[in-house]
Amino acid sequence: MAKKILELNDLKREFRMGSEVVRALKGVSFDVFAGEFVTIMGSSGSGKTTLLNILGCLDKPTSGSYHIDGVNISGLSRNELASLRNQKIGFVFQAYNLLARTSARENVELPLLYNSSVSNKERRDRAVKALESVKLGERLDHLPNQLSGGQQQRVAIARALVNEPVMILADEATGNLDSRTSYEIMSLMQELNREQGKTIVFVTHEPDIAAFSSRTITLKDGKVVKDTQNENIKSAKEMLAALPVAEDY
Amino acid sequence: MNIPNLIRIAIRALQRNKLRAFLTMLGIIIGVAAVIAMVAIGQGSKKSIQDQLSSMGSNMITIRANSNSTVGGGARLESAALQTLTLDDIKAIEKQATYINAISPAVQSRGQVINGALNWPTSMQGVAPDYLDIRDWKVKEGISFSEEDVTGAAKVCVVGQTIVDNLFTPGDDPIGKIIRFNKIPIKIIGVLAEKGENAFGSDQDDVILAPYTTVQKRIMAITYIQNIYASAINESSTNAATEEITEILRSSHKLSADAEDDFSVRTQAELINTFSSTSELLTVLLTAIAGISLVIGGIGIMNIMYVSVTERTKEIGLRMSIGAKGGDILMQFLIEAILISITGGVIGVLLGVGATQVITKLLSWPTLVSESSILLSFAVCAITGVFFGYYPAQKASRLDPIEALRYE
Repeated sequence: MAKKILELNDLKREFRMGSEVVRALKGVSFDVFAGEFVTIMGSSGSGKTTLLNILGCLDKPTSGSYHIDGVNISGLSRNELASLRNQKIGFVFQAYNLLARTSARENVELPLLYNSSVSNKERRDRAVKALESVKLGERLDHLPNQLSGGQQQRVAIARALVNEPVMILADEATGNLDSRTSYEIMSLMQELNREQGKTIVFVTHEPDIAAFSSRTITLKDGKVVKDTQNENIKSAKEMLAALPVAEDY
Repeated sequence: MNIPNLIRIAIRALQRNKLRAFLTMLGIIIGVAAVIAMVAIGQGSKKSIQDQLSSMGSNMITIRANSNSTVGGGARLESAALQTLTLDDIKAIEKQATYINAISPAVQSRGQVINGALNWPTSMQGVAPDYLDIRDWKVKEGISFSEEDVTGAAKVCVVGQTIVDNLFTPGDDPIGKIIRFNKIPIKIIGVLAEKGENAFGSDQDDVILAPYTTVQKRIMAITYIQNIYASAINESSTNAATEEITEILRSSHKLSADAEDDFSVRTQAELINTFSSTSELLTVLLTAIAGISLVIGGIGIMNIMYVSVTERTKEIGLRMSIGAKGGDILMQFLIEAILISITGGVIGVLLGVGATQVITKLLSWPTLVSESSILLSFAVCAITGVFFGYYPAQKASRLDPIEALRYE
């Protein structure tokens, strides 16, 4: 039995909008084990984003419990949550969120700058290693505006990997990319999941992206409506190979 | 919190926006440079006025005999004709006064001075060797007379440049020559440095200085003295010295409490006060203007930091999502503000000192760069950075990471 990385138990989140109470999550329970590749699906308004914020330790549930790597986040302060994010979670955003005019290597180093136990040399070495693992070892000193969208997202993935988190949390990570580049990113994700055993939680609304994951959780109106193991996992690499070769202009 | 890393982060953030960082700095640079240069100009002019006053003998005190109306009751006499000041008065002052560092009696005689075929009407001052110190006067050639010359009423003198010009042909060395003053032969042992005209237009170099005993005994045949010159230990104690001398002279002249002084004590204090209060005011005004520009520089920093926090909301959200604590963000922005102000301060000091040199060179204005003005403006810079950087930094640190990440 693999290690339990995430444990959600009757998670509720309510927002107070003036006099009205909006219940975004109405009792969500599921566990994620090490080595899983989970996609969380749902249309807008399903509570997907609220769940993502809680999974990412950016927000705390109103009631219910959420354990990440054995730590219950309910009693933690703002600063403790920040440390937890730094050490246990690697974020990948839809809009990449790279620092402009900052080289790929420095962008990847960023999480380690907030971790005082990492020395200067180790920080540099780990950043280079992370960039090599996303096949950008040749572009260490390129600035974000000298990289394509797919390459920028790979820098962001390297940034998520560099702190050796227990989970990579991707938020519509392919939303800004064309299908070819999306497949490239998904192929990289699958590789990280299979070959390096990374646990990945991928929030998306695109069903064809979910097909690359090992498990799909579907949210609707703040509740889990479907939680299925994916028997027929598609290989993003093969999909990529099957795409018609782009014409050279 | 890891300060070296935060400094690294802040430096990188500034490097990403070099032009903006420099423009923000410009306010501080100009402010500090203005403070340094303005204070230097103010201090320089103050010092040059003080130096000029000192060269006039600004701490000089003049004591004259004065006929008081109670003496005799008849016509009041001119001071030189009065015989009330004596060497005993000088001894009393020397003995009791604490604010005086030099004192000299003075007797003066007008007459014709002759050297061979040349002659010149002038006056001879009989003084003590201390007189040259009191007047801040130097002997440029030869030597001055000594206490022994005074004791022995030696027939030696020191002459001013005007005397040399009128009694000697150019190239003729006056030192060692014997001239005649009212037919009394007297040997020149030194030539005074030129002093030029005084504030009232009379030629200060048209003078012969000799031991007062020589003038008293050999030329005027008198025993009293006409004036006493003294110098206070410094300019600020001239008033205290004046009061002290008045006390001493009143008691040595045995004047009753209701009697008027039979002497007068004068200083140049009023002159000094006027000049120094003017330059003091100048310094204060210049410093105030410069200080205002420094404050404006600080507000510039605050303005830019606020804009920067808003503009970089998404960056702040990202930093928080990857593990930056509120304190880390606060320190980052605070360090950015301090770096801007300190770097601006360093450049400003250099620019200010440079500008001061240029002003001195081109306009030949006297300037004085004081260390205190450098330290002060530097301290003000650091405080400005913290003070004006704190509120924007606090605003940044309190952002909600979720909202900051979604900020467009």
